Amino acid sequence: MSQKIIVDPITRIEGHLRVEVVVDENNVVKEAYSGSTLWRGIEVIVKGRDPRDAGFLTQRICGVCTFSHYKAGIVAVENALGITPPLNALLTRTLMNSALFLHDHIVHFYQLHALDWVDIVSALSADVKKASDLAFTFTPNPYATGADKLLEVQKRVKTFVDKGNLGPFANAYYGHPTYRLSPEENLIALSHYLECLRVQRIIAQCMAIFGAKNPHPQSLTVGGVTCIMDLLSPARMGEYLEKFKEVADFVNRAYYPDLIMAGKKYATEASVVNDVGVPNLFTFKEFQLGANEWLFESGIIKNGDLSKVYEVEEDKITEEATHSWYKNDAPLHPYDGETEPNYTGLVDGESIDHHGKVVKTKNFNTAGKYSWIKAPRYDGEAMQVGPLANIAVNYVKGNKYVVPVVDEFLKVTGLPITAVLSTLGRTATRCIEAKVIADNALTAFNNLVENLKTDQSTCAPYVIDPNKEYKGRYMGHVPRGTLSHWCRIKNGVIENWQAVVPSTWNASPKDSKGKGGSYEECLIGLKIADVKQPLEIIRKIHSYDPCIACAVHVMDTKGNNLSEYKVSVNV
Amino acid sequence: MTFKELEARLKELESLPSMKGNSSIPKALEEAGFSRRDFMKWAGAMTAFLALPASFTPMVARAAELTDRVPVIWLHMAECTGCSESLLRSDTPTIDSLIFDYISLEYHETVMAASGWQAEENLESAIEKYKGNYFLMVEGGIPVGETENYLTIGAHAKTGRQIATEACNNAKAILAIGTCSSFGGIQAAHPNPSNAKPLHKITNKEVINVPGCPPSEKNIVGNVLQFLLFGKPALDVYNRPKWAYGLRIHDLCERRGHFDAGEFVEHFGDEGAKNGYCLYKVGCKGPYTFNNCSRERFNQHTSWPIQAGHGCIGCSEPNFWDTMQPFEKPLASHQFNSVFGGLGSDAMADKIGIGVLCLTGVAIAAHAAIATMKKGNEE
Repeated sequence: MSQKIIVDPITRIEGHLRVEVVVDENNVVKEAYSGSTLWRGIEVIVKGRDPRDAGFLTQRICGVCTFSHYKAGIVAVENALGITPPLNALLTRTLMNSALFLHDHIVHFYQLHALDWVDIVSALSADVKKASDLAFTFTPNPYATGADKLLEVQKRVKTFVDKGNLGPFANAYYGHPTYRLSPEENLIALSHYLECLRVQRIIAQCMAIFGAKNPHPQSLTVGGVTCIMDLLSPARMGEYLEKFKEVADFVNRAYYPDLIMAGKKYATEASVVNDVGVPNLFTFKEFQLGANEWLFESGIIKNGDLSKVYEVEEDKITEEATHSWYKNDAPLHPYDGETEPNYTGLVDGESIDHHGKVVKTKNFNTAGKYSWIKAPRYDGEAMQVGPLANIAVNYVKGNKYVVPVVDEFLKVTGLPITAVLSTLGRTATRCIEAKVIADNALTAFNNLVENLKTDQSTCAPYVIDPNKEYKGRYMGHVPRGTLSHWCRIKNGVIENWQAVVPSTWNASPKDSKGKGGSYEECLIGLKIADVKQPLEIIRKIHSYDPCIACAVHVMDTKGNNLSEYKVSVNV
Repeated sequence: MTFKELEARLKELESLPSMKGNSSIPKALEEAGFSRRDFMKWAGAMTAFLALPASFTPMVARAAELTDRVPVIWLHMAECTGCSESLLRSDTPTIDSLIFDYISLEYHETVMAASGWQAEENLESAIEKYKGNYFLMVEGGIPVGETENYLTIGAHAKTGRQIATEACNNAKAILAIGTCSSFGGIQAAHPNPSNAKPLHKITNKEVINVPGCPPSEKNIVGNVLQFLLFGKPALDVYNRPKWAYGLRIHDLCERRGHFDAGEFVEHFGDEGAKNGYCLYKVGCKGPYTFNNCSRERFNQHTSWPIQAGHGCIGCSEPNFWDTMQPFEKPLASHQFNSVFGGLGSDAMADKIGIGVLCLTGVAIAAHAAIATMKKGNEE
């Protein structure tokens, strides 16, 4: 007797995502479907506009990945026009990018993901002195875990819980059988949850120092950056340096030890190990540290085989829409992609609600189209992207920045390298990536200071010839994985635009061969402890740090008549 | 707004049942190790920020003490979560973490613990429990008409429009946070393929618009406080609170002196850029944009676009994606309806403003420069 479980909305992510699974009589997942339920159509809107504006429009794809699509939109146009920005501009972009990654990763772990691992109610019964001593077993120099501090955290949360109005913490899965941390460990994590709210503001300021504001910075321009006054101000440079160090300290003394703590306890939790999802890993080089130096390199791993890395061949990327709400079904390269919305809706069905009752619901039409997310494929295969792919590929390649951090983590937790191919591994590698950035990004800062002594150029000159046709792309690594933007420019305006986004790879629906993306694949075989509280599903999905506004995008058909969109009269 | 009216408003708030026993922000601050003095300092800063005389400080403090009686529901429509992210940047002395603890955030998809059925239940029970007493804050545009189901939420696939309308019907006050819910935003830019609309188009209740892409953390939190103090703030023609959107970026711009002196950045990265010259010629929309960025800046006053050497793009104005582009060219060489066609900002104020500008020889020189550029474009 199989049953359907729907989780909609998946909260603590960016955007609107629904997951549906079918479980058998033992509550083991037999089928899984993930789909987005919002479409905005940014690429349609970019069409016909000034190429210099494209970055500002694509930036609004997402306010969490706020720098990623801005930079991608600017770089794609630079690539099309054949512009190489000055080194100062490239390194400044690296500094802003470092701020984005650290912000994204700490906020993801604490504000978005922690409640999947940490039971805050359990923290209330912790012994603060024991917890304070325990913190020293994960790091020689713990962060905000003194007995006095922990007592204050406990008191504050206790007061809150006692009042019986939990606000944003209401109706969660407290006491769930898959929670593994002791009350003391939960309390340590809870203290860091609250600290993170303060620290994330500081790293956002790091972006604002060169970027004007965060979210949605505004200092990149086609050809370079505009923040020359900030670069020439020692006070501003010092501000970045000090604030960055403060956040790097939090990464090393709070985030990383918490991962070791969780890694040790969850290594034997069946619902988060041995579930790599899609075993093909894809990452792309990012973080220019100097004239010819990068922090992370590109590569592809096939079928989870950690003995070999393949080079990336860009022309093997395609997207198709067999199960997506668009008209075309054929796989096409992003330069030639074609898309037109074709919303066929949800269908009447049943599922189990939170009381365990079977109720009437609107379900995905899983035989037909069921998502606004398309299915990107590489050489016909689904790919997994993200920190897991980035760290695994760079480890196998012997990257000098990555190998020591991974080796240390494996030694301390006693886990084998193959353990990274799991939900726990996805969460751990995100932290490892943050640590590698926290420990090395200032190389770019030092090189920038060195370069500014002899060179103050920040923008490369260029012309856009209205009589020429251009095409170009950005490809790189952003907090959630491999991102590429592909553009064509004609008559001096954007002719078409296509973004192939990390969450599109991971949240992909099934393709014409019936193969799903990594969200769907990693759910197959999962045993759910309590169908009324599907925490295991949410934990797995959160480990990808979904960004659904990013994942949903569409490019207009070349020459498509936009007036074909039926727009009803104003209400 | 007089003292008397304010007193009456605070009394009204005080008469509301408190949601959580005797908790309040000052109490919470005390528990977190902040003194009453710190709290009053914050209230003083907030008073100045709201452009009120210092004598109002105790009132602000009292208003803050009453915030725990206001449950907040925050909805996500067609959006990018940038406004929620901006709210997270709020800094007023550790009050941001307290907002999570002490303003009762009943529903907010980005931070709430519950998912799926449990999340839906939280929303329904909050609307029921606090009928007529909760603050509704909405982020994002709303697809309507034939494309209404381009946004659905929950196992019953309710559309964004249905959810927002229902939440509006029972709210005490409605704030549209960000340009998308205020004016439609990016998804409503030409050709608006999902037929996205601003919040005020789908409800007949009054909506206070807090535009910006995203609005600064100060404008989001400040407007909640403003509301608590005044019941309803003074609004401009686009329903924007005047205290925040009453002046143009240009009026208080740190580079205004260079505009008056005719010193312009001609190209990004040139000598003028190093010296902080005016960005008008590289497309700054400051003269047509009503907001307080030049005074408040972003991320705890860290910076703002013009300080970072890029012009304003007019992000708090209606339809700015269509009326203000190209962003890196002056409006004079505009291919679309400009603000003077009644779009973008208050045409009347603008005409007067521009009229004043024209009195300076410099401005005439600037216009001459624009005319030359325009000619260049036509060639």
